[in-house]
Amino acid sequence: MATSTQEPQTSATSANSGKYLTFVLGHESYGISVLKVREIIRLMDITSVPQMPPYVKGVINLRGKVVPIVDLRIKFALANAESSERTCIVVVQVKTQAAASAFMGFIVDGVEEVVNFSANEIEPTPDFGSKLHTDYILGMAKIRGKVKTLLDIDRVLTNEALEQLTQASQAS
Amino acid sequence: MPEQTSNYLATLAQLTEKVAVELVYAAPGRDEGLLPVNSLLSEMEEIGASSPLLSPLPQALARARSAVDAAFEKGCFETSQIEQLRVWVNWMQHALTLAQANKPLPPLAVEAPAAAVVAAATIPLAATLVSGSASAVLPPEEPLEMNIESDGELLREFINESGEHLQNIELGVLTLEENPTDADTLNSIFRAFHTFKGGSGFLNLLPMKNLAHELESLLDLARNHKLTVNSDIINVILEGGDTLKKFISEMNHQVSGNKPVGPIVVPAQALLARVRVFIQDPGAVSAKGHPASAPAAPPVAAAPVAAPTSSPAPAAAAKSDAAAHKESGPAKSGANAVVKVDTQKLDSLVDLVGEMVIAQSLIAQDKELASLQSQKLARNLAQLGRITNDLQRTAMSMRMVPIRATFQKMTRLVRDTVARIGKQAELVMAGEDTELDRTIVEEISDPLIHMVRNSVDHGIEMPDVRIANGKPASGTVQLRAFHQGGNIVIEIRDDGAGLNKERLLAKAIEKGIVKAGEQLSEKEIFNLIFAPGFSTAAVITDISGRGVGMDVVRKNIDKLRGKIDITSTLGQGSVFTISLPLTLAIIDGLVVSVGGERYILPTLSVRESFRPTSDMLSTVHERGEMVNVRGRLSPLLRLYEHFDVTPESKEPTESIVVVVESDGADRCIQVDRLLGKQEVVIKSLGETFKRNPSLAGGAILGDGRVGLILDVNSLVKLRTEAPSSKAP
Repeated sequence: MATSTQEPQTSATSANSGKYLTFVLGHESYGISVLKVREIIRLMDITSVPQMPPYVKGVINLRGKVVPIVDLRIKFALANAESSERTCIVVVQVKTQAAASAFMGFIVDGVEEVVNFSANEIEPTPDFGSKLHTDYILGMAKIRGKVKTLLDIDRVLTNEALEQLTQASQAS
Repeated sequence: MPEQTSNYLATLAQLTEKVAVELVYAAPGRDEGLLPVNSLLSEMEEIGASSPLLSPLPQALARARSAVDAAFEKGCFETSQIEQLRVWVNWMQHALTLAQANKPLPPLAVEAPAAAVVAAATIPLAATLVSGSASAVLPPEEPLEMNIESDGELLREFINESGEHLQNIELGVLTLEENPTDADTLNSIFRAFHTFKGGSGFLNLLPMKNLAHELESLLDLARNHKLTVNSDIINVILEGGDTLKKFISEMNHQVSGNKPVGPIVVPAQALLARVRVFIQDPGAVSAKGHPASAPAAPPVAAAPVAAPTSSPAPAAAAKSDAAAHKESGPAKSGANAVVKVDTQKLDSLVDLVGEMVIAQSLIAQDKELASLQSQKLARNLAQLGRITNDLQRTAMSMRMVPIRATFQKMTRLVRDTVARIGKQAELVMAGEDTELDRTIVEEISDPLIHMVRNSVDHGIEMPDVRIANGKPASGTVQLRAFHQGGNIVIEIRDDGAGLNKERLLAKAIEKGIVKAGEQLSEKEIFNLIFAPGFSTAAVITDISGRGVGMDVVRKNIDKLRGKIDITSTLGQGSVFTISLPLTLAIIDGLVVSVGGERYILPTLSVRESFRPTSDMLSTVHERGEMVNVRGRLSPLLRLYEHFDVTPESKEPTESIVVVVESDGADRCIQVDRLLGKQEVVIKSLGETFKRNPSLAGGAILGDGRVGLILDVNSLVKLRTEAPSSKAP
């Protein structure tokens, strides 16, 4: 699977240049296209929804809209951490399979900045073998000696991707 | 001079001026100016229809109309028509100036040549028809062709609007049946056909235009008292409406891309011929229908007939004369000023208002504000509360429409059904002004049609059977709509044969829906007719075959979150009661809590709630738990277990069970507390939770947090697969 997705990604990296919002999860740094971001809000009361995978934390009321919230730590199977002052919710507009776009939020440990990555700063995703599925990763960006993982947030948050991940976590 | 008269004279003068300008562009063989002239003339006719014009202005208008129509017939002007119109404009300008100066109007010139040509053109055709060979020599059906590419948007608009006109025609005709001389109704039907003609002429939909034109002429005669409306005429008008409707629906299919584009042929020539006969020889119809009223046609010079509500006294008197002994009914001023608004805008308004209500309640309940103990603040807050409530009510009511239109359809339905099967039945309606959410009104239409048809078709007996049973030969179907406890109830009551319990049961056993020997309550037996496939077989008439499609009816009503109940007495009739929510956007919910979580159950599906005692509980294999609710066993669902949350107490005896029902089955749901009843605005949870069957939606609660609305149906029917998310 990883090899099959390799090719389009290499060619896609140049198209991936642009502005990214970077945020922290644990020790790692990630970025998503800033055009997807609708707003960043403080962590608020989340109504949990039963019978959902654990990474779906629940729903919040965002000025009258019911917005589902995903915990990216749990989703990426990272070590758990207490929520702090800096913990916040990034609300993005994602495209679902039904072609309609929807609001979704995800919890991050803290947002950093908005950075402009040029094509030569972005490298294709390395092949981790079967250890990691990487098809939701756009590429790796290097900035000031650090590496940031650029995420295709549509794929991360939509159901299809969710299911793949669940299967992966069950398999592992 | 009365102010009104001078008003319309001024308007007419302006319009005439515009016609004069348009005529400058007119040239023989071209259609420049034709459409504007037509619409200007229509405006003048509208004025004529709403206020009595000085004689001979109406005749003058009619003359211009015939010239314009003749031009339309050809699709372009001819020299004679242009000439005629120019002469007409001169006359109008002269006459109007005189009239405004309060001087007598000049007489109309002798019949203009073009009008004679028009008349001559129509007579030969009519003559052949009247001479009795109508069926023999019908011209071939004319196909209707659209130019979707260039007129797409216009066509769509035309189709949308025509629906309204067709409905007006139908409603009008039904009123005419009761009161054939009602001038207002005649006018409204006339106007509907007229608008139809205008629109179809503009879009070059010739067959429709021709038909509408003939029907319009027919109604014109009727409203000028040259033709007495009788059942034949009414039938022709109804048929005309239906034919137009067929065109429209076919066009709609093609325009929306459901069907390939092509010429549309709907048989209309036979109807056209009949209409023409009526127009040519109104006397004959009158004589046949109502011999006594044959000479009713008044001299044309008499006071104009179209007498609207605002007309001066003499005309009103003339109208009441005409209506004489008939109950003329209150003039229907159905034309409330209306603005068309995109439903999306309405929805977002409702959403915003919902938000505002929540924000308001957040402020009202704010502890810091309350600690200020300011009287002024409290008063202002109360005022804010009142206004937001009013605002919410108004916003909600904007989506509401009266159910009248749907009910009116039933009149037609009963009329047709009865005519077809040779029964006698009458439809009595009440509460047509009851308002419902637009979506519900649309969705309820089909189930209602089905049930009313069933009531007539299977409920009401044949006249001889009825007489033998000591009932009046004509059956009655009552259709009522009313409010009851926050719901709208629609009741269909017939005085027919009623449901036969034994037959129903026998049939259900035969179909394998019920096992032989099973004990069923009366209600359960009646509910059998909703079982899918209950009577796909040949209809057994005396159990009234109500099962035909009743499962679909039930499904539709469920979809609207409604409920349907049946009561029936053998030999005396049945009552079908449908309760529906006022709107789809809001539900009345029971807020319950389990641990720290709050869930909302739709009140409509909650039967009761109580704290069970230990002797009410029993188990099967120590696992399947049941609650004995007054002798009825109902399975218990521990919600905390199902949803994997930590409850305040795991013991049912220390909790509350809520009995919910759906589709005739029920289940006891164990929750910690009942928090209260609340009206909540339903919000979609979106794609993410679409696969979660337990949830019907979300709602913002008073404190601004989201509450989850549970799907009772799935809780009652619990899939065989065990709750999967046991793992944290």
